[in-house]
Amino acid sequence: MNSSVIVFPGSNCDRDIAVALEKFKIKNKMVWHNETNLPKSDLVVLPGGFSYGDYLRTGCIAGKSKIINDVIKHAKKGGLLLGICNGFQILTEASLLPGILLRNKKLKFISKDVFIKVLNFKNSFCSNYKDKNIIKIPIAHNEGNFFANNNLLDRLEDKNLIAFKYCDIKGDINELSNPNGSSKNIAGIFNENKNILGMMPHPERSIDPFLSSEDGSLIFKSLLK
Amino acid sequence: MLISKDLIKKHGLKTDEFSKIVKLIGREPNLLELGIFSAMWNEHCSYKSSKKYLKKLPTKNKSVIQGPGENAGVIDIGDNDAIIFKIESHNHPSFIEPYQGAATGVGGILRDVFTMGARPIATLNSIHFGSPEHPKTKNLLNGVVSGIGGYGNCMGIPNAGGEVKFNSCFNENNLVNAMAVGHVNKNKIFYSKAKGVNQLVVYVGSKTGRDGIHGASMASAEFDENSEDKKPTVQVGDPFTEKLLLEACLELMKGDSIISIQDMGAAGLTSSSVEMASKGNLGIEIDLDKVPCREEQMTPYEMMLSESQERMLIIIKNGDEKNAEKIFKKWDLDFSIIGKTTNTKNLDLYFHGSKVANLPITSLSTDVPIYDRKWKKTPLPKKEKNLVNYKKLKILDSLKKILSSPNNSSKEWVWEQYDNTVMGDTVQKNGGDASVIRIHGKNKGIALTVDSSSHYCFAYPQFGGMQVVCEAWRNLVSVGARPLAITNCLNFGNPEKEIVMGQFVECLNGISDACTYLDFPIVSGNVSFYNETNNKSIEPTPTIGGVGVILNLNNMVSQSLKSINSLVLVIGKTNGHMHQSELFREVCNINSGPPPEINLFNEKNNGLILLKLIEKKLIKAAHDVSSGGIILALTEMCLLGDIGAKIKINSNNLSNIEYLFAEDQSRYLVEIDEKDQKATFNILKENDIFYEMIAETKKESLDFDKEFSINLKDLKKINTDWFTKYNEIK
Repeated sequence: MNSSVIVFPGSNCDRDIAVALEKFKIKNKMVWHNETNLPKSDLVVLPGGFSYGDYLRTGCIAGKSKIINDVIKHAKKGGLLLGICNGFQILTEASLLPGILLRNKKLKFISKDVFIKVLNFKNSFCSNYKDKNIIKIPIAHNEGNFFANNNLLDRLEDKNLIAFKYCDIKGDINELSNPNGSSKNIAGIFNENKNILGMMPHPERSIDPFLSSEDGSLIFKSLLK
Repeated sequence: MLISKDLIKKHGLKTDEFSKIVKLIGREPNLLELGIFSAMWNEHCSYKSSKKYLKKLPTKNKSVIQGPGENAGVIDIGDNDAIIFKIESHNHPSFIEPYQGAATGVGGILRDVFTMGARPIATLNSIHFGSPEHPKTKNLLNGVVSGIGGYGNCMGIPNAGGEVKFNSCFNENNLVNAMAVGHVNKNKIFYSKAKGVNQLVVYVGSKTGRDGIHGASMASAEFDENSEDKKPTVQVGDPFTEKLLLEACLELMKGDSIISIQDMGAAGLTSSSVEMASKGNLGIEIDLDKVPCREEQMTPYEMMLSESQERMLIIIKNGDEKNAEKIFKKWDLDFSIIGKTTNTKNLDLYFHGSKVANLPITSLSTDVPIYDRKWKKTPLPKKEKNLVNYKKLKILDSLKKILSSPNNSSKEWVWEQYDNTVMGDTVQKNGGDASVIRIHGKNKGIALTVDSSSHYCFAYPQFGGMQVVCEAWRNLVSVGARPLAITNCLNFGNPEKEIVMGQFVECLNGISDACTYLDFPIVSGNVSFYNETNNKSIEPTPTIGGVGVILNLNNMVSQSLKSINSLVLVIGKTNGHMHQSELFREVCNINSGPPPEINLFNEKNNGLILLKLIEKKLIKAAHDVSSGGIILALTEMCLLGDIGAKIKINSNNLSNIEYLFAEDQSRYLVEIDEKDQKATFNILKENDIFYEMIAETKKESLDFDKEFSINLKDLKKINTDWFTKYNEIK
């Protein structure tokens, strides 16, 4: 499997995701934001960070950067596209995913381990979570409060496009287990074809036994199938 | 232009200092030159009051590659890996403008580390505020924490914790000490010493603006009721640009075109150019028309004294400039050749074609006056006699009171605002004794801690200084790390006062003794004097940042209890030292008396033997016993591990309350398996280590005989409530 990680000025999880992809034997290339052509890739990743310094709005400028045209083409052709944290924000700004990420409800940056429930296994990213659907994973963001109007929320639920919801250790999804105020506790969503996934938590930070969790590994293992 | 007395004073110089300047250069300086002198001769940049004593500190051992005098200190951790680290104060700006002051404090210390070629892998900080009830405190706390997070999170460097403290002595002078730690191949370290004539002086990074002018001089004077007016001296940070600067510098550093490099920190272009020339025994010539400026019509005076952030000065090999420029353009950063090195040993500045300053480099470096200030000894306070009432206190009530006090409350509210998992190598997070960061791609790690204890230092500076170093050493040992070296940030009041100067001298004596005995040298740091408002000085607060190495991460331990039915031991002797303890201060309101004294032999012996036990895999959890005594340490271990404990006291000499709350030093609590009892006791006995059993672990509650039993959930709530409630948005 070949992947490309797009590096924007201000990206800061680009190395981490590259390390994770390589750990799971996915052949990766780093692609600079000013390029116009993607190398041949099965998977494209938009990494976390503060692309263009978060100026204007998070993800906004990156959503209009030179490389994005080719990323959109890749996705329209059915290629896999994963946006993590700032990458998720970029996906919504580039209209590849619906909804928007607002500032966290309490207006503070939140960095901690949370639990999320995996809700859809019939896709390229999450098939390996079938036997373990409540996972521990870190979040670290200031704008992770997913917002969508009721029509959109209904559509996401009806079509099974919600990838993850914040929950507690037992899997209960409620206000107490919602760290940032997201509508319906949403932590990640798919597009209709489920080849695009946007998520706020960081799977690349939970991939080995020395870290506080290894549960992120299963995303990469699922991708390899 | 004639320099008036008023102008001299405005530049923070004394009349006799001005006379010395005139003598040194053989004429009166012009206004620009006066500004340059004020930037280089102020306390913050020149260390004129502290130099005499700093020289005596231990700064070398076999792991030290670079001690004080460079941008940061460097230590060797084996296999060609070196760790570069330093702590620095940003107290004064953070009080005037908490968000920007704290943010640029983080930015500045990060530059010190990557200037030397290291990729930063962690930041820590020690922040001190006034009493929570003071009207300024909440705003300062929120601003400083947001500022630290705002900068570090954007840079993508994990926060490895530190400390957050409250004490009314900081009501009008908060402290913000920021530490950065980087990793580098030990054969690819960059230094600031210029070499060779006619090499290119290159300016890279952000443009120069009118912010931070006279910042270093501002930090070299006390505050009064008009301190708000000093806002324009505070710099404004842009972490996004710094991230680009970091990546661009590291990219250029892969090649060999850099001769020397220095960040523009305090006193900006002035101090960076002078320091590079001075170390290389060269002159430097700068054409100020070439300096990238953010605003129009900036004067030479403003350019030389601006402390705009995210800028570097590099001396590049003549001929390599094209390649270097390409890298900085790729990262959308300014790149301008602004001058060259010369053999004149002068600082020569040109503007619009004429020479506007001409000063011997020595007059700005080696000729800066050094003071031997008068100082007064702090007497050792006597123990209060006839104190008996505290012995009647209820243990659980006292524990609850301490556990919920601002200083001992869980700092989760703070830590959650800092990204601590980015870079994927945080193997032990903030909140324990020390954080542990893995060396990328390897099975070894470094342990990091920041410590201070202002009330011990105020009570008796020599014991206090010694205690802080030992505390840092103990925190590193507690996670299984070999302590290697420290960096220090020395926060004091006005050194022109004998009592303050005395606190400084005696704290340093204590620090020096402990560092020497423990072979724990000081490799970098800074001094922050004049933490004083309207004549009231802060309590002396030396902050120690410690670094240790864990060569095999499988030997790392943490403070959380691991399982039920294991044993908890106290290593080290409990003699019942109550003065300056949390029990006396928080519960009994007794602030007098001496701090605990330290026996350095026991300190070292206890620590080294604990490391041996850890390496033999006999220790399941370890935690040093510090403020709050045994009971607080045990409670913290329970809360982190979600495992309860049943306390059993075997000591007959002390009352229970003394035994549980005393703050005798050099002690640890350790959890061991019952089956490892014999092996552990044997090693402890062989090495003459004093130990006692204190508890057995159990499910979900903390119990003590018939006196109390409390559920951990209740204790947790008591421990975390304070911060959340204090900062609730109403």
